[in-house]
Amino acid sequence: MSVRVGVVLFPGSNCEQDVVEAVGMLGGVGEILWHGDSTINGVDAVVVPGGFAHGDYLRPGAIARFSPIMSAVADFANDGGPVVGICNGFQVLTEAGLLPGALQKNRGLKFLCGPSTLRVETSDTVFTDGIDPGAELSIPINHFEGNYTCSPETLAQLRDEDRVVFRYVDNPNGSVDDIAGICSRGRNVVGLMPHPERAMLEVLGSVDGRRLFTSLLASVGRVRAA
Amino acid sequence: MCDDEAMTFDVKIEVRLRAGVADPEGSTIERSLPALGFDGVTGVHVGKCIRFTVEATDEGAARAEVEDMCSRFLTNPVIEDAEITVTAAAPA
Repeated sequence: MSVRVGVVLFPGSNCEQDVVEAVGMLGGVGEILWHGDSTINGVDAVVVPGGFAHGDYLRPGAIARFSPIMSAVADFANDGGPVVGICNGFQVLTEAGLLPGALQKNRGLKFLCGPSTLRVETSDTVFTDGIDPGAELSIPINHFEGNYTCSPETLAQLRDEDRVVFRYVDNPNGSVDDIAGICSRGRNVVGLMPHPERAMLEVLGSVDGRRLFTSLLASVGRVRAA
Repeated sequence: MCDDEAMTFDVKIEVRLRAGVADPEGSTIERSLPALGFDGVTGVHVGKCIRFTVEATDEGAARAEVEDMCSRFLTNPVIEDAEITVTAAAPA
C-alpha cells in the first residue's frame, strides 16, 4: 500500500502541489488537507508546505496555528507521527510550539532565492534517515524571514540533544549557528527553511530533495512495521 | 457608576523587536534618511502598533487581559516585546 502524505493547504500556501508531486514521484500518494478541516484523514505523514499562510498577517505562522487542522496535526505529532514543515511550514510549526525558536528577517534585508548547500548533521530523524551525517545536499531557499533564532538555553539544548538537522555550509541569512533545520525531541517533527520539493529533477538543478522525501516515506514504513 | 460595571478601555500595543533581533527595515530607513538631507539620525527601529478597545471591570483587569493576549498571540516573545498603554475610553 502506498504511503499517504497529507499536505496542509492554508489560504496563501503556494508550495503544496510541488510537495504532492514530489511524494508521487517516489511512489507515495500526496493528499491535500484543507486547513479548515479538523482531521488529517488518517494519513501516514504530514507536510506543512511553504507559502504565506493567512497572508503572513501579524507574523508568519501566527494565524495558521489557529486553523482547525493544526490541533489534529499537533495530536498526530505528539503521538509520534512524522511531520515536516518546509519554509513557511517551519514558521508555522515554531508558532504552534511544535518546534522551538523563531524565524526572524534575514540579515541584510534581502529576500533570498537561489541554491543553498546544506550539511546533514544527523541521520536520526524522519527526514534524514539513511543519509550519513556530513553529507552535503543542494536544496534551494526562497525566503525573507528565514533567519533562525532562539534563546541561548534552547540552542544549547538543541546541540546537546543532536537536534540540529541541517546547517548551511555558507550561511545566507544570519541564522544562529548556521541552522537551516531542526527537529523535535521525539525526532519525528522536522522543520527547515530550504525547499527539498524544488530539488526533485535534474532540470531543476538538483535531485537531492529525493533523498529527504525517500527518508520520509521509509520512516512511515518503519512506524507501520513496529 | 457601580464597581462591577464593565468599563471600556482604549488599548494601544506597540510591538517592538527585542534588542539584538535583526531589524533590516529600520537600518535601511536609517541609511536612506541622509539622502534627503536628514543627517544625524540614529537608532531607527520599525515595529507595529495594534489598537482596539476592550471591556473590563477596571484598568488592572484590562491590562492583565491585554498582557495575556500579547504573550499568547499578539507578540512572539522569542523576538518581540510589547509596550502596552491602557486608558479609560471617553464616554460615548
